[in-house]
Amino acid sequence: MSATPDLNPSEDDPDVIRLEGALTMVHARRLDEELAAVTGDHLTVDLSRVERMDTVGAWLVHKLVRDHGAKLVGATEEQKTLIEHVARADKPVTVRREPEPLVYQFVGQVGEASMMALSTLVGLLGFFGALCISIGHIFRHPRRFRFNAVVQQFDMVGVHALGIIGLMSFLVGIVIAQQGAVQLRQFGAEVYTVNLIGRAAMRELGVLMTAIMVAGRSGSAFAAQLGSMKLNEEIDAMRTIGVSPMEALVFPRVAATLLMMPLLGFYAAILAIAGGGLFCWISLDLTPITFVQRVREVIPMTDLWQTLIKAPTFGVIIAMAGCFQGLLVEGNAEEVGIRTTTAVVQGIFLVIVLDAFFAVFFTQIGWP
Amino acid sequence: MAVREGEPIISVRGLKTAFGDQVVHEQLDLDVRAGEILGVVGGSGTGKSVLMRAIIGLKTPVEGEITVFGEPMIGRDEEDAKNIRRRWGVLFQGAALFSTLTVAENVQVPIREYFPGISQQLLDEIAAYKISMSGLPANAGNKYPAELSGGMKKRAGVARALALDPDLLFLDEPTAGLDPIGAAGFDELIGELRDALGLTVFLITHDLDTLYAICDRVAVLADRKVIAVGTIPELLALDHPWIRDYFKGPRGRAAAAVSEREGAGA
Repeated sequence: MSATPDLNPSEDDPDVIRLEGALTMVHARRLDEELAAVTGDHLTVDLSRVERMDTVGAWLVHKLVRDHGAKLVGATEEQKTLIEHVARADKPVTVRREPEPLVYQFVGQVGEASMMALSTLVGLLGFFGALCISIGHIFRHPRRFRFNAVVQQFDMVGVHALGIIGLMSFLVGIVIAQQGAVQLRQFGAEVYTVNLIGRAAMRELGVLMTAIMVAGRSGSAFAAQLGSMKLNEEIDAMRTIGVSPMEALVFPRVAATLLMMPLLGFYAAILAIAGGGLFCWISLDLTPITFVQRVREVIPMTDLWQTLIKAPTFGVIIAMAGCFQGLLVEGNAEEVGIRTTTAVVQGIFLVIVLDAFFAVFFTQIGWP
Repeated sequence: MAVREGEPIISVRGLKTAFGDQVVHEQLDLDVRAGEILGVVGGSGTGKSVLMRAIIGLKTPVEGEITVFGEPMIGRDEEDAKNIRRRWGVLFQGAALFSTLTVAENVQVPIREYFPGISQQLLDEIAAYKISMSGLPANAGNKYPAELSGGMKKRAGVARALALDPDLLFLDEPTAGLDPIGAAGFDELIGELRDALGLTVFLITHDLDTLYAICDRVAVLADRKVIAVGTIPELLALDHPWIRDYFKGPRGRAAAAVSEREGAGA
C-alpha cells in the first residue's frame, strides 16, 4: 500500500494530480508535505486509484479543492460523502490562544499576584469576622456548640499528631545539642549546651516546629475536607437545611487547633529538651539529674509564657487559613489540590511572620 | 487485521468479571456487528460500564474471551494492544478531557502519540475540522474543559475519540445529564457520524429516546449476562418482565410514540 501522490502523470496535461493507494493518517505527513508544493489554479484531482481514505485524506483533498479550485474525478460515492462531510466541517475554528507580549505577561502576572494577595488578605479578615460572629452566636446559644465535632477534631489534630511531633522534636533536640556542643567546645563552654537546648526549645523551636507540622497535617486536611465538601455541594446542602457551615465545620476545627496547639507545643519543647538531654548524657557525661537541675536554672518562666501565648495564635492562623482556602474551592477537583497547597504555604508563612513580630514584642516588653 | 464480511467486530464469549467476591458478569456472550449502533441497556449496577471497560481492556476479566477486529484481546502485550486500541475511540461518562489542555490540544493528544511526525499546522487543521464535525462552536477550540458546559464537554470528548479516525466508537451514557434538546442533537450527531465515517458504535445508555432514534439493535443486560439482543420490536416480542417494564413503562411508551410519529412523518 503506497500513498504516493503522483503529481505529473502525463506530460501533455500538467494540471492533473493522480492520488494513489491509501489516503490515511499513516501517510498524512508525507502527503501533506508533497501537496504543499502543488501550485496552479485549474487542477484536476484523480481519485480513481485511491484504495482507502479516512478523514485526514479527505481533508487534504478538500484543501486542494478549496485552495486551488481543483476538480475531483474518479471518486467513489463513499469518498464523495466523506469529502463533503469534511468540507462541511471546514469552519474557522480558533485552535490556539494568542500569546501576549512578554512585557504584558510579566506586568499582568505581577498585577494579578498583587490583587490576589490583597483579596486573600481582605478575604481572610472577612473570614475572621464571620468566625467571630459565629462564635458570638454559639456563646449566646450554647446548645449550638457541637461538642462531638470538637472532640473528634481534638483527636485528629492533637492525639494523632503526638507520635510524629514527638519523634521530630526529639530528633531536633539531639541535633541542636550536637551542633551546639561542637561550636561551644571551641570556647571550652560545652556546659552551656544545656542553656542552648533549653532556651531554644522552650522559646522557639518547640512551638514553631509544631506549628509547621500542624499546618502540614491539619491545615492541609481542613482545606481538602472542606474543599471536597464544597465541590460535592455538601456545604450548599448544609446552608439550605439551615446549618451554618461556620458553626458546624469551621468553628470545631479552629477551636480544636486553638486548644491543641499549646499542648502540642509544650509537649514538643519537652521532648526536644529530652533529646538534648540524651545527647548530653551520652556525649558530655552530664547525668540526667544534673541536666534537669541545670535546665530548671537556665529557663526563665517567661519562656514558657511565650510558648503558651504564641501556640494558640499560631493554631488559629493555621486552622483559619486551611478552612478559608477549603471554602474558596470552586469548579473542579484540581482546585482542591491547589487550595490545599495554598493553605499550607499561607499558614506557615503567616506563622513565621507572626513569630518574628512576637520575638521583637517580647524583647521590647523586657522578657529575657 | 480487517474483519471479514459478516463477522462480528466485537465478540465476547463466556465473560466473567468480578470485584473481589462480587461477581458482575458470568457466562456473558455478546456480538457487535460491523457498521451497527448497538445500544446496551440494563438496570443500575448490572455492569454496563464494566462490560465496556472489559472490552477496551481497562478491567481484566476473571475468565472468558474477548475478540475485537478478529484479534483476541486478553493477555496481549502492550505493544500489540496499542495497535488495536488505535482503531477505537472511547467517550467516558464524564468526557474525561485532560483538564490542563485546551479542547484542540485534547484532540491532538492521540494523533501526536501515534503519528509524531505530523506538522503542527496540519495538526491544527485536523483538530479544527474534528471540533467542527463534533458540532462544537468555532470558538471552542482554545477553551479549557472547565470553561465548557456539560454538553460541550461530551462533544469535545467525541472529537477526541474521533481523532484517529476509529472504526469503532464506545460511548458511555453520552446523553446523561444533557437537556432534551442537547440529547436529541447528540443522537443526531452520532447517527450522522456513523453514516459519514462508517463507524460501529457500542453505546451504553439509559435514554429510551436514544434507543428508538439511532440504535440498530439493543442488548439487554440483566442477571449477570446479556439476556437478549435484537431490535426493539424483537425484544418486545420476548415478553421478559424486565424488558416489558423497561420499554412499556410510561417513559418507554412516550419515547415509542415519538418514534412512531417521526416514522409516520418522514
